[in-house]
Amino acid sequence: MAEPAIELYRCSYRYNPDIPALREVSCTIPTGTWVALIGQNGSGKTTLAKMCNGLLRPDEGRVRILGQDIAGQPVSQIAHSVGYLFQNPDHQIFAPTVREELAFGLRNLGFLSAEIERRIEEALALFGLEPYADRPPAMLGYGLRRQVTVASLFALRPPILILDEPTTGLGWGAAQALLDRLAELHQEGHTILLITHDMRLVAERAEWVLVLHEGRLLTEGPPRQIFAQPKMLSRASLSPPPITRLAQRLRSFGMRGDSLTVEEFYREYRALTLKERACS
Amino acid sequence: MKPIVSIENLYYAYPPLKVGAEPIPVLKGVSLSLAQGECLALLGPTGAGKSTLCLTLNGIIPHLTGGTFRGEVRVAEHDTREMDPGELSQRVGLVFQDPKSQLFNMTVEDEVAFGPESLALPPGEIEARIDEALKTMGISDLRHRSPLELSGGQKQRVALAAILAMRPEVLVLDEPTASLDPAGKRSVLEAMRHLRERTQMAILWVTQDVDKVPLLADRVAVLGQGKILLNGKPAEVFGQAEKLRDLGLALPRMRQLAIYFNEREESGYTWLTVEEAACDLGEDTGG
Repeated sequence: MAEPAIELYRCSYRYNPDIPALREVSCTIPTGTWVALIGQNGSGKTTLAKMCNGLLRPDEGRVRILGQDIAGQPVSQIAHSVGYLFQNPDHQIFAPTVREELAFGLRNLGFLSAEIERRIEEALALFGLEPYADRPPAMLGYGLRRQVTVASLFALRPPILILDEPTTGLGWGAAQALLDRLAELHQEGHTILLITHDMRLVAERAEWVLVLHEGRLLTEGPPRQIFAQPKMLSRASLSPPPITRLAQRLRSFGMRGDSLTVEEFYREYRALTLKERACS
Repeated sequence: MKPIVSIENLYYAYPPLKVGAEPIPVLKGVSLSLAQGECLALLGPTGAGKSTLCLTLNGIIPHLTGGTFRGEVRVAEHDTREMDPGELSQRVGLVFQDPKSQLFNMTVEDEVAFGPESLALPPGEIEARIDEALKTMGISDLRHRSPLELSGGQKQRVALAAILAMRPEVLVLDEPTASLDPAGKRSVLEAMRHLRERTQMAILWVTQDVDKVPLLADRVAVLGQGKILLNGKPAEVFGQAEKLRDLGLALPRMRQLAIYFNEREESGYTWLTVEEAACDLGEDTGG
C-alpha cells in the first residue's frame, strides 16, 4: 500500500496573531487522487496549499508528504515531490524567454541537459507554445502567461501537483485543454490538488472534495455526496453546479438530486420516466 | 429609438512596441450598437479584443493610447474622437475585473463622492447621489468603512457605486465578477439586477459566465478575430452551438443538457436556465 500523498494533522496557521487562517485542519489525500479544494476567498485554501509545499509552515500540527514529515526539509527538497502553480502567473514568471522559464525548475531539480531539452520541447508542444519559445513570457497576454506557468509545471512532472485557480482568466476552450492535460497526468498516477471556484469543474473532474470555511475543514467527500448537501454548502456560501441544482429541483419527481454530468442526469431522468410509462 | 452607443466599422491597432515595427491590429471592422436601457453581454475568447473595445467607448482609445483608429464610435451621437475625455468619462463609466485597481480613498463615502465632487456639483446634490448609488448597490451600511477592509464582492460594488454617482448614460463592465468568489459573484450580479430595475442605463457587460448571461442580458454579441461574429437574443446566439464551440466558448450548462436530450429524442428543448429546464422536465412527466 502506497503512502498517502498528503497528510495534514491538526494544522493551524496565523498570518496575524489575531486572525487564524487555518484552524486544526486534518486530512489525508491518498496517492493518485484528484482533489478539489473549495471555499470562499479567505477560507484558508491557499494557506492550506502552501503548507503542502513548505512555503508556509504550520504554527501547530504536522505535514507529511509521501509519508515523510517535511518539517525539517527545505522547500527545494519538497519541490521534488510537490509542484505548485500560483494563482497569479506573474508571481512566478521571471525568465527572459519562455524556454528559460521552463528550464529553470528542471535545472533546479538536477535533470541532465538532454532530458531538460526533451522535456522543454514536449511541454512547449503540449501547450502550443512553440511560436513563443524565444519570447519574453512577461510580454505575453494573460492566457499565454498562464499557459507558460502550467507548461513549466508539466515539464517537472512531480508526483503531486498543486494548482491554485489554474483556469481563472482562461477561456472555456483553453481551460478544457488544460484540464485534459491534467487528466492525463492523473491517469498516470499523479496526485492533483486543485483550488477552484468553478463547481462545474469540481463535479466533472474531481474524485474528492475538501470544503474549507473560516479556516476549518467543514466537510470532505466525493463530489456527489458534497453537492447533494445544498444546505451545508450554503453555510460556506457555495452552491452546487447547475446540473445538480436542476436534479434537486426535480426531487419531488423522483430524481435523487446528485447528478454531476449531463449524461448522468439524462440517464437517471429517462430511467424514471420509462418506469412511469411502464406502470401506467 | 436612436442607440446611445453606435460603433461603425471600427478598426483599431495599438502602436507598435518597437520603433519601425508593424502596428498590432486588434479590432478589424467592428459594428455594434447599444440602446438606452439595454444590457448587452459581450463574449469572446481570450485575446479577441473585448477589453480593447471597452476602452474605445470612453475614449481612452485613441485619446491616451494613440495607434491607428479608423471607422467611428459614437456616444449620444457624438464622435468620441471629437469629445473631450473628461466629458466622455461622465457619459461612459468603466468598471474593471479587479476592483482594487480603481479604489484609492480612505472611506467608501469618499470613494463614491470623488466623481461628483470633481464635477463641482452642489453639496446637496453630491449627498443625494452618494445615497442613491450606495442604496442601488446595497452597500449603504458600508458607507464609513475603508474599502481596503471589504470583501471582493463589496469592493466591486463600491467601484460600481462610484461610477453610478457620476450618473453615466452607459456603463461598461469588463468581467466584473471574474476575480470574485461565488458569494461575491452573486452579490455583484444581484446589484446589477437592481440597477437594471431602477435605471435606464445602457450596459455593456463583458463576461465568461455564460450560465448567468441569460438571467441578465437582453442581447448577446460574440467578438472573435477582431469582428462581431454573432449578435442577437441569448436564445439565438446560444443556438449556434457549433460556432461557439469552434471559438472555444462555453454554452450555458442547461443548453448543453437540452442538446443532449434533443440528440436522443425528438425534443426541441432550448433551455438556457435551470428554471426553464425544471419547468419542462417537471411538467412533461409529472402529471
